[in-house]
Amino acid sequence: MSELIKDVKMFFPALLEGAWLTIELTVISLILALIVGLFIGLGRISRNRIIYRICSIYVSIIRGTPLLVQLVYVYFVFPDLGIELTPFQAGIIGLSINESAYLAEIFRAGIKSVPKGQTEAAQSLGMNYSLAMRRIILPQAIRNALPPIGNSAIILLKNSSLAAVITVGELMHQGEIIAAATFKNMEIFTMVAIMYWILHYPISLLVDYLEKRGDHQHASAERH
Amino acid sequence: MLQLKDIRKTFGQNEVLKGVNFAVYKGEVVVILGPSGSGKSTLLRTMNFLEVPSSGDMFLEGESMLYREQNGNKIKRDPKEWNQFRMEIGMVFQGFHLFPHMTVLENIIEGPVHVRKQAKEEAITYGESLLKKVGLSDKRDAHPFSLSGGQQQRVAIARSLAMRPKIVLFDEPTSALDPELVGEVLSVMKELKEEGLTMVVVTHEMGFAQDAADRIVFMDDGNIIHEAPPEQFFGKNQPDRVQKFLQRYEGGNRL
Repeated sequence: MSELIKDVKMFFPALLEGAWLTIELTVISLILALIVGLFIGLGRISRNRIIYRICSIYVSIIRGTPLLVQLVYVYFVFPDLGIELTPFQAGIIGLSINESAYLAEIFRAGIKSVPKGQTEAAQSLGMNYSLAMRRIILPQAIRNALPPIGNSAIILLKNSSLAAVITVGELMHQGEIIAAATFKNMEIFTMVAIMYWILHYPISLLVDYLEKRGDHQHASAERH
Repeated sequence: MLQLKDIRKTFGQNEVLKGVNFAVYKGEVVVILGPSGSGKSTLLRTMNFLEVPSSGDMFLEGESMLYREQNGNKIKRDPKEWNQFRMEIGMVFQGFHLFPHMTVLENIIEGPVHVRKQAKEEAITYGESLLKKVGLSDKRDAHPFSLSGGQQQRVAIARSLAMRPKIVLFDEPTSALDPELVGEVLSVMKELKEEGLTMVVVTHEMGFAQDAADRIVFMDDGNIIHEAPPEQFFGKNQPDRVQKFLQRYEGGNRL
């Protein structure tokens, strides 16, 4: 038992360092993916055929290929195209691109879930498309989309472990390095798993809260 | 004020409006009656571009809403230009469609502030006076979902009035309401008539048509087939279709 505690104490700092990098990867990728995803999502409801097509193809390619392939592609192929990236930068780009396709679909569904009457009410006040989107539709759509965005963020957090393959020193990679050096596979990978679980937990609580809030509002809206 | 000339509207194979001519004059209240499927809601929605006519033209104070002159040629207006007319033509919906993420007052000042670019203080002052008019001053900071249907519809009326429209369209404003809430909305509408607001109302409330309309327009099968002032419309010697329609309301909504 005391040996176990000793091991935990010894490995924890390195793993914690990796956990920080995992958080950085997740947060930065999520922010970038939210921005890109919003525009791709808007493109997927655009009446402009070309924009719609481009965005649809983007979503199809990204969702239709494994994240692992995408990460490896960014890290190993982009340099051949003259774009040199550190592992961390490649990880951010790969994860952001991957996440943006899923978020685009979440935004699209969120926008579709806003009743048509809202658009008509906005139009009848003389609002143009972008004003109606900004002031009326998106605030409601984003609210509807928050729980699925949270779920997607949890997946992103766990998926960031794949960045280990391109040598980003995040939690999984740190675990692998220490395990390879010490052969204490059980101790280390159990710690890694627990740390991922702890990292996900606040997001999970937030999703639960958002879902409850959503239910409550739907219930009051349907009373009429 | 608002004039429609030979308006046609087709959905696929289905011709819903078959060359409608219609006009409403300043300060007039016109009620459109007709069986369901007669095209009366479509006609009303056309006046605000929520449906775009397949052919024909519409005029607001003599200006064509669908075409503009350029070098002597009539060219179709870009949809972006519709908004200048929509600002002048208010709309009240059957389903209220208040903005749920805003308070009552925010709903009301949204158009004036962001579309008309009015100063916020000015919009708030006018918005508060409108809330007083519809009897909901105490709900200023409430959210729509906490209001009854009748209250929501009165807010929706205030929201459309906040744009200071030249004319307000009402699309079955009381059809989604519980019977006991219909009266409060109709009485607000009657008050607006007293103040001289120009209104076009699609409704099934025969009592309102009788009391408040200056003119009743009867639609059937995509056409206006009869027009008369209420005394005459609800009187004797009206066309068969009108008689048949009214008979269904005998002993019900009517009187």
